[in-house]
Amino acid sequence: MLMLEKRPQPSRAWIAATPVLAVVLTMVAGGLMFAVLGKNPVEAIRIIFWDPLFNTQFASYARPQLLVKAAPLILIAIGLALGFRAGVWNIGAEGQYIMGAIAGATFGLAFYPTDSVLVYPGMVIAGGLGGWAWAMIPALLKTRFRTNEILVSLLLVYVAEKFLASAAVGFLRNPEGRGFPGSRNLSQIEAMNNPELIAGSGMHWGVVTAFIVVIAAYVMLNKHLMGYQIKLAGQAPRAARFAGVNPARLIVLCLGISGALAGLAGIFEVSGPAGQISIDFNVGYGFTAIIVAFLGRLHPVGILLAGLLMALTYIGGELAQLMLTIPASAIQAFQGMLLFFLLAVDVLSNYRIKLKREGIA
Amino acid sequence: MTETPLLEISGLTKAYPGVIANDDVSFRIMPGEVHSLLGENGAGKSTLVKMIYGLVRPDSGSMTFMGEAYAPPEPRAARAAGVAMVFQHFSLFEALNVAENVALGMEDPPKQHALAARIRDVSEAYGLPLDPDRLVGDLSAGERQRVEIIRCLLQDPKLLIMDEPTSVLTPQEVEILFHTLRKLSAEGTAILYISHKLEEIRSLCDAATILRLGKVVGECTPRETSAAEMAELMVGKSLATPARINADLGEVLFKVSGLSVDPATPFGTPLRHIGIELHAGEVLGIGGVAGNGQEELLAALSGEAMTAPGSVTLNHENVGHLGPNDRRALGILCAPEERLGHAAAPDMSLTENALLTARRRKSLDKGGFIDWAATRAFAEDVIKTFDVRTPGPDNAARSLSGGNLQKFVVGREVMQNPTVLVVNQPTWGVDASAAADIRQSILDLAGQGAGIIVISQDLDELLEISDNFAALNEGRLSNVRATSGLTMETIGLMLGGAHDMHELKEEARHADA
Repeated sequence: MLMLEKRPQPSRAWIAATPVLAVVLTMVAGGLMFAVLGKNPVEAIRIIFWDPLFNTQFASYARPQLLVKAAPLILIAIGLALGFRAGVWNIGAEGQYIMGAIAGATFGLAFYPTDSVLVYPGMVIAGGLGGWAWAMIPALLKTRFRTNEILVSLLLVYVAEKFLASAAVGFLRNPEGRGFPGSRNLSQIEAMNNPELIAGSGMHWGVVTAFIVVIAAYVMLNKHLMGYQIKLAGQAPRAARFAGVNPARLIVLCLGISGALAGLAGIFEVSGPAGQISIDFNVGYGFTAIIVAFLGRLHPVGILLAGLLMALTYIGGELAQLMLTIPASAIQAFQGMLLFFLLAVDVLSNYRIKLKREGIA
Repeated sequence: MTETPLLEISGLTKAYPGVIANDDVSFRIMPGEVHSLLGENGAGKSTLVKMIYGLVRPDSGSMTFMGEAYAPPEPRAARAAGVAMVFQHFSLFEALNVAENVALGMEDPPKQHALAARIRDVSEAYGLPLDPDRLVGDLSAGERQRVEIIRCLLQDPKLLIMDEPTSVLTPQEVEILFHTLRKLSAEGTAILYISHKLEEIRSLCDAATILRLGKVVGECTPRETSAAEMAELMVGKSLATPARINADLGEVLFKVSGLSVDPATPFGTPLRHIGIELHAGEVLGIGGVAGNGQEELLAALSGEAMTAPGSVTLNHENVGHLGPNDRRALGILCAPEERLGHAAAPDMSLTENALLTARRRKSLDKGGFIDWAATRAFAEDVIKTFDVRTPGPDNAARSLSGGNLQKFVVGREVMQNPTVLVVNQPTWGVDASAAADIRQSILDLAGQGAGIIVISQDLDELLEISDNFAALNEGRLSNVRATSGLTMETIGLMLGGAHDMHELKEEARHADA
């Protein structure tokens, strides 16, 4: 009989090893799924994980995409991870991402066609504030009326999507767009553009911000009192109160940070890679970031790596759809497996498996 | 006497990873005997009775019950054989009444009114006053225990196992319980009584088996053995009684007046008009049965619960409106009862846990940035001074034994030189030698002029170390009295006495008649 036995201390080796093991298991199970679909599993895995980076034919396009796709995931996931560590479950980053994009774009377009250098920083600030404000709704409802932030933040995603649709066909619609839905193309307006900073690298202001945020989050969690209080509140809420942590303040803080970071990701995306506010410019980064946060063990450096890995499966997945005509839903299932296996093998860091024969006493 | 023993245990061994809980344990219980199992926390008492009750299977060894081989695979088999057990923690549903709760534990419960009648019969026969129609949620801890006992008695057990039954009772309730147990014993039911309270065992038990580190280290007849001798057997060394250096009380240091706090949760106890005057150098003991507002009182004094500004003062300065850290900065330190999850974060290292309360007084941060080197040094200091057994400050709090973690938690506060220290259950679940160390450190602190409030359910502890005594009962604090000269009886009355005492007295009269 297999038995689980609790370790006196979480194993450091396993904490590091479980993400790798989860990726390997995902490859095996995903390979099986691709085989069942009648595709060559080895080729499919190679196309997803290897070709985007090293295949001479695709790499020149795919490599910069890695940073472009990873940056919003990392930005959002860092914010979520701080909340998750404190036991504040913001599931609605997608909504905050959308609202940040709308707020930032609205700010910029209000000054159209001004070409002041101050417009773009203003858009970035407005984007952060938009995401922050949207996250304040679940925060205040939770601290005032004890509502569940999981439900409120999630449902607000759908509100934000409707708002996005109305913005794209309504107040933000391009007046010169011949009636098509969607705003002016921000990436084509000098003052509102989030450009590629180094040609061929995919590096834009969002990527820079993501790297800064990773470092800031690392310092905060390890060296600063705020990070200590976040960890304490998540692990032992009563001990946190005893240590003088104000739970309501912490909820507002965590939701605020994650909302603001999601909003920043939104404005960087909509002024750069996406280019304009359109009905469906959002592609689910806010939800995928939840996976990224956990895949990275809620650790800033882990999230950096997990964001890059997840971006890789996105790009590789698209490539696999193109090359092997694997259905998009199979790729999503593949990404889902990653989280599933990660959570499943997670048990190994706190428990060890023991083989035990059923004894007869 | 050539009677066959009721239960004979020979060579029982049970090992868990890293620890041998029971090592070749043998003893026997005669019919009608009140047999005590005595030992410190972690001596293996619980594992042993779990094996007898079929909850745990031994690795080796054998048991015979009434002359026949006995190896219960599950508690149901144990109950069928005639073994019943009252656990330390009750398993009762608060929203159901007594009879319904009893019925839930039965294989084949009779109709409600028939069962209620039987409960009344048994409760009268054994002097355990209990109304079958009352909701368990309204009962005191002592009454809840009676529900569990009656649940067992309805099975006509040959052997009744009781795990630390008196820890939740007032002295009067203890008397009711002992009265019942003696009666049961006289009728031939054997009782296996687990406790570490030596005086109780001396007054109740016919025989005692003493366990230490999983092994039987001695047997004795408690009535003929002194408590000190038993304690020595139990601990394996002689214990020094904590001593005061300086017993002079100074001026009033810390004052609580008219403190009323509504509970944070619907199941909490409201505090009502609490008044305390604590002098410099004083140890004030606050007794009370669990759940009478002890946790709430600590929260109100530590600053975790909101209080009115003037309801708590330190050196005539209002501190009632301050949060935990501001109170700490002024010298009011606390050590809560629950070690894991309240006083310490289980998964955090001892270094991180040192930061939990010591940040302000030990200046462990600069502008919000934590000085981990200084924090670690402070944790090491606590570990060294309080003899905390752990490989080092990087170990998680949960990896420490209860006693060691308690030493760390109390030490962390004591080493911050508090002006006022409030501790709740400082030695709960702590072995005797660690308990003696902790009590000594509290007395030393008082000797240096600090005021100390010890909230505890262990009356012996309070009588041993406190200068003054008050009792907490349903969120109200009794008048403070000098500890010297208090009798157990007076204390019992201060604690709120026993529920349904009159019925017991009547019972006793009937018995005399």
